[in-house]
Order: sequence, then structure tokens, then C-alpha cells
Amino acid sequence: MPPHRLRPLDLQHGVVELAHGSGGRATHQLIVELFQRHFGSPQLAAGHDAGILPPPSGRLAVSTDCFVVSPLFFPGGCIGDLAVHGSINDVAMAGAQPLGLTVGFVLEEGFPLAQLDRIAAAVGCACERAAVPVISGDTKVVERGKADGVFICTTCVGIVPSAVHIAPDRAGPSDVILVSGTIGDHGTAILSQREGIAFETDIVTDSAPLHTLVAAMLDADPDLHVLRDPTRGGVAAALNEIAASAQVGMQLDEAAIPVHPAVRSACDLLGLDPLHLACEGRLLAVCDTRSAARVLAKMQAHPLGRNAAVIGQVVSDPLRFVELRTPYGGRRILDWPAGEQLPRIC
Amino acid sequence: MHLADDFRDPQLAERLLTTLTRRLVPGRTYRLMEFCGGHTHALCHSGLLDRLPDAVRMIHGPGCPVCVLPIGRLQQAIDLAMEQQVILCSYGDMLRVPGRGRQSLLMARSAGADVRMVYGPADALVVARQHPQRQVVFLAVGFETTTPMTAATVAQARSEGLRNFSILCNHVLTPAALRGLLATAEEQVHVDGFVGPGHVSTIIGSDAFAPSAKQYGKPIVIAGFEPIDLLSAILHLVEQLNAGLAEVQNDFVRAVSPSGNQRAQALISQVLELRDTFEWRGLGPIPHSALRLRPEYSAFDAELRFSLSTPQIADHRACRCPEVLRGTCRPTDCTLFGTACTPDSPLGSCMVSPEGACAAYFHSGRSRLQVLPNAPASPPTA
Repeated sequence: MPPHRLRPLDLQHGVVELAHGSGGRATHQLIVELFQRHFGSPQLAAGHDAGILPPPSGRLAVSTDCFVVSPLFFPGGCIGDLAVHGSINDVAMAGAQPLGLTVGFVLEEGFPLAQLDRIAAAVGCACERAAVPVISGDTKVVERGKADGVFICTTCVGIVPSAVHIAPDRAGPSDVILVSGTIGDHGTAILSQREGIAFETDIVTDSAPLHTLVAAMLDADPDLHVLRDPTRGGVAAALNEIAASAQVGMQLDEAAIPVHPAVRSACDLLGLDPLHLACEGRLLAVCDTRSAARVLAKMQAHPLGRNAAVIGQVVSDPLRFVELRTPYGGRRILDWPAGEQLPRIC
Repeated sequence: MHLADDFRDPQLAERLLTTLTRRLVPGRTYRLMEFCGGHTHALCHSGLLDRLPDAVRMIHGPGCPVCVLPIGRLQQAIDLAMEQQVILCSYGDMLRVPGRGRQSLLMARSAGADVRMVYGPADALVVARQHPQRQVVFLAVGFETTTPMTAATVAQARSEGLRNFSILCNHVLTPAALRGLLATAEEQVHVDGFVGPGHVSTIIGSDAFAPSAKQYGKPIVIAGFEPIDLLSAILHLVEQLNAGLAEVQNDFVRAVSPSGNQRAQALISQVLELRDTFEWRGLGPIPHSALRLRPEYSAFDAELRFSLSTPQIADHRACRCPEVLRGTCRPTDCTLFGTACTPDSPLGSCMVSPEGACAAYFHSGRSRLQVLPNAPASPPTA
């Protein structure tokens, strides 16, 4: 068939072919017939090599993230919405309101177009709900076996309001530590689908864009000290990162940390700690003790912060330990997670 | 309401601690061993070790299946994966245990070996069905808790006539280990009584421990894994010791019966038989303490299929895992603890599984005043 008369993409049975990454007519066809159907933004429609944004006033926040999740589809979401929320949240954790997003796809030859279409639709839908447009994109195709289905890289740019100075090293003694909701939901949803250890659960991913929650919190206290989304490594890694940056210790009240009962059951079963499991739509905040009640009230009034709670306090500690007080009056250190989380034998 | 919530009630725990303190005979020390690694983990994780009266000293026993497997037997699995190009399926927490030259199954995977984490032997069987042209080997380890699953899987494989599936059988027996420990313990460490294993007892039943309790005159109280379970068991041990009793008491009645799960036992004896002797890491050779496949199932025995011998590989010279496993040394007494040996880079097996005493101590920060955890100098960004 001559190249100017390509058959329309077969979105039901077709697969990604190397030609789709060749830069030729097939690439153009994939962009127009698949991606552009889902990503309608004026920047993309303009057809430039670069997305053009008006010059922002204030400081820019930029964050980039790569997504290689397996499985690609999991309860409550897929790699597409995850990739959108991930970069939006990284920008939001600087206190910024996102302006736009770039999306890069690395596709494995042979990947079903129907699944790619679902993923692209999830990207488009997540962007629309978050009101953050895709302003630029790219697609590459690699030979079969050189990638695992689909990898997505997203970069988000946002504007940091002038009064906002969020930084991990601003956590200081007597500051209050808050979490926006139940922890470990996303990690549990992914684990429940993983080959070899799949189990049934009603837990779905917590993946969500957090910038509107952050805006509400900044409304209560423009001088929030630290924000962090506990993704890989979970709450344990995120709090240890903050403690290391700010050279402080932390004391947490284990009973105050919200954990969904089904997540706790799954962790009991697998011998894992919910504090080590990833969240994709939760945030940890450190703020001045005087504004903590106001911030908490704003969080609880927001749909993504209904289960928000104060979970502990920053303390001065030269050893920078994150310490948990257990419900039984004992103590234990909340350490960095070691390597991959491996289910135990029995 | 979660079933376990009743057994996690902090107020009840507080009342039990008060009762326990009242029951202690002044001047007497109670040296109690929790045999099972799950109990060690629960004691550390809940912080209960901090709350026990000083007169109650918990000694952490060898009941962590990852910890008691000799390096040579793990090395068989690593060699199979590296040299025989099999698909090696394993429980997750075996993957990081260091073998010869600190190489682990995870490192073998990075080096190109086909090593897969499974939740149990049945999943390894699925892998075998999916890859009829490849040899699939399941690294079968564990106490009586995991043995029935292995037995059922091998029986299933035989009924399907699968020719590409086999197991490296390293299943070990708890009562034998307890006897081995008690036979040597007196001259090395003094144990007054035992918190008996919960999950194991669901299979073998509480009666299985009666001979040990009688022969050695030590009370054994079988416990579940929640804070209330452990506190009740410790209280009941103290009460038995005060009364001069040495009985088997079943505090885990919601899961354990006197005779155990007889269907599971029948399945085990259908497929597996006693080994004459088996080498335990830390405890040395113990007669009749482990299982192998019966002759009629020998086609599924990876040791026979691949003509494997067991390499003798010594522990790291400074590693005190053997003493930790015998309860003669605390994890923090080892010079490698938290320095050369951490959960990120374990030298000994007790640092690998969350149920190993060293890892439980490290993760719960019981070493707090002795060592700084290896936090990265500059934190990674999200």
C-alpha cells in the first residue's frame, strides 16, 4: 500500500510497529489518530516542535519523572493517570500551581494499540480533570524485548506563589507533621496484581493530583515548611529524607497514622509495613505548630484530605532518627526501607 | 471491625502488663525464649520489648526459616539458576540472603539468571506449566507451616505428569529443633520456658510439644502473633514457672487444636519422609529434623535430578548468626551488627528476613545508642 494511503489505525486488534517510531507517516498517524484524540490543548494543536506558554510572573517549578510500573493497569488506575499525577504532585510539593505537562512515550514493538489507546485516554482524562494541559509530547518505539510495554516520562512546570518557601530543610523542632489520608493504598493495589503474589482486595490506588489540596493548605498557612508526597519508599523514606535534609529527628504516634483496614490485612499477610508502601495521591506536610489546626481543618474539608491527621512532631535530634511511639507505649525507629519490599515466607 | 483488633487493644495490653508485674516473684529472673521469628518481629515491632519488666528477659530463638538454612543449601539454588539455566522460583525473603562470596539470588538475577519471586509453590507450578520447555525449580524452605503447600504442589505435579518441575526440599521440623536446642542449651544458655510457635502449631497441633516439655521440664505456651497474644503467653509462662509447672499450654486456641491439621499432616507424610540428619545454620546437624521427598516422588527432587551435592560454606568469620540463633548472643553483641552487616547489605541471614532477630533489632532501632543507620548522605529527590 502506498505510504500516502495508510489504512486507519486498528485500535482494536492492531499493535505498535517499529514504523510508528520512524518519524514518517506512520508516526504522524499514531499521533493524530491516537494521541491527539485524547490530548486536546491549543499548544499541541499549534503543531510546533515546542509548546509555547506565556511568560509567567514569579518562580517556576519544574519536575520530571519516569514511569515504568508493572502491571500497567491496576485497581483504580493505570500508568497513564499515574504519570500525570506523579509530575503534577512533584510540582505541587514545591507549593506550585501547575501550568502544563509534557509527556514522552517509549513503546515496545508489538504493544497492543487498544491498550495504548486506553493509556492515552487515561492521560487525557487525568489532565482534563486536573485542568493541566499537555503542552508537548514525544513518542519512540523500541524493538520487542527492549522495553516492558510502555514507559512514560512526564515533566510538569508550575508557578510558585511569591509568599511560598517550601523546602525539605525547613522542618524545625516543634513543627507538626501531618498526612493527608490513609497510607499504602497505591502500593497495596499494585502488589495485589503482581505476578506470583496476586491476591484479592477491594483497595484501589490513591493516585490523584494534589495541587488543589496544596492550594487549600497554602490558603490556611502560606508559610508551610515542607511538603512531600510519599511515593517510592512510602512514608518511611519520605520522613527520613526530610529528617536528613533538615538535620532533625521526628517522633510519630503510630496509632494516629491512618491505615485502611484492608491495607493493614494485606500487609499482615505479606509481612510488609504500610509505612514502606508507596502512595500516589497523599502528601506529608510539616508546618508551624500555631497553624497546624487551621491547615488540618482545610485538609479535612478537601475531598483528597478527608482522612488527614496530625501524626507527629519534629524534634531536635543529632542522630536524625524518625521514631514511632507504638500504641503499647514502646518505641521503634522507622528506618529507610531496605531494597525491594519482599513478601515473607509464612 | 478487624478480627485482630481485639488482640491489639492497647488498654488490655496495659492491664496485662500490670498483672504480669504483680505476678513476678521478687528477685527471680524469667528467661523466656520465643522460638518463632514472627514472635521476635512482633515483640520488636510493637515496642513491647521496651515495656516488659526487667525481670522478664526474652531470648530470641531460631524459628526463622530464612535464618536456619545453611549457606551451602542456598548456594545449590544459586548454582542451579546460574549454571543450569533453570527458572528458579523462591519466596521473596530468600532472595537477598548472601551465599558464596556474598552473592544472592537477587544478584544472580541481575547477572542474567531467571530467578522469580513467588508467593508459594503453587505459583511455581503455574510457571512450570507456562514454560514446558524449561526446567522450573522451587526452593522449598520453611517449617511445618509451609510444608503442606509444598507437599500438595508436588502431588499435583505428579498427577499432571509434569516433567519440568522439581523442588529443592529444605523443610525442617520445629519439635526436632526445640529438642536440639534443649539438648545443648543448658551449658550455653539458660532458658526457663518457651513461647511456642503459633503458625507451626496450627499444622502439627499443640500436643506435638508435650514430649519436649516433659523431657526437659520446661513450660511451653503456644501463642498467636498479636501483642495481646504475646503478653498472655508471657504471663502464663511466668505463672507456670511460679507454680513449678512445665506444661504445654495452648493460648492460640482460635487457630490451634491439640492434634493440629490432620489433612495437612497426612499430605505431608504421603509425599515427604524424615531425613536421617540435617545441618541447621547455628544449631549444627540435628537428627530427624528435616524432610525430603519419598522415593515415589523422587522424580521431583531437584537434588537428584541435577545430581547436586551440598557445598560446605562457612559463615563469615566475625558473623555471630549461629550464636544469635542459639540465643547465646544478642544481635547487638555482634561487631558486624549495623556496621558491615545491615538490611541493605546483609552478611548473615539473621539480618535478611524481617523475622530474623538482627533485622528485627535493626529495624526497630534497638541499636539506637550504639549505631547510626546508614542513611544516605544526601537524600534522593522524589
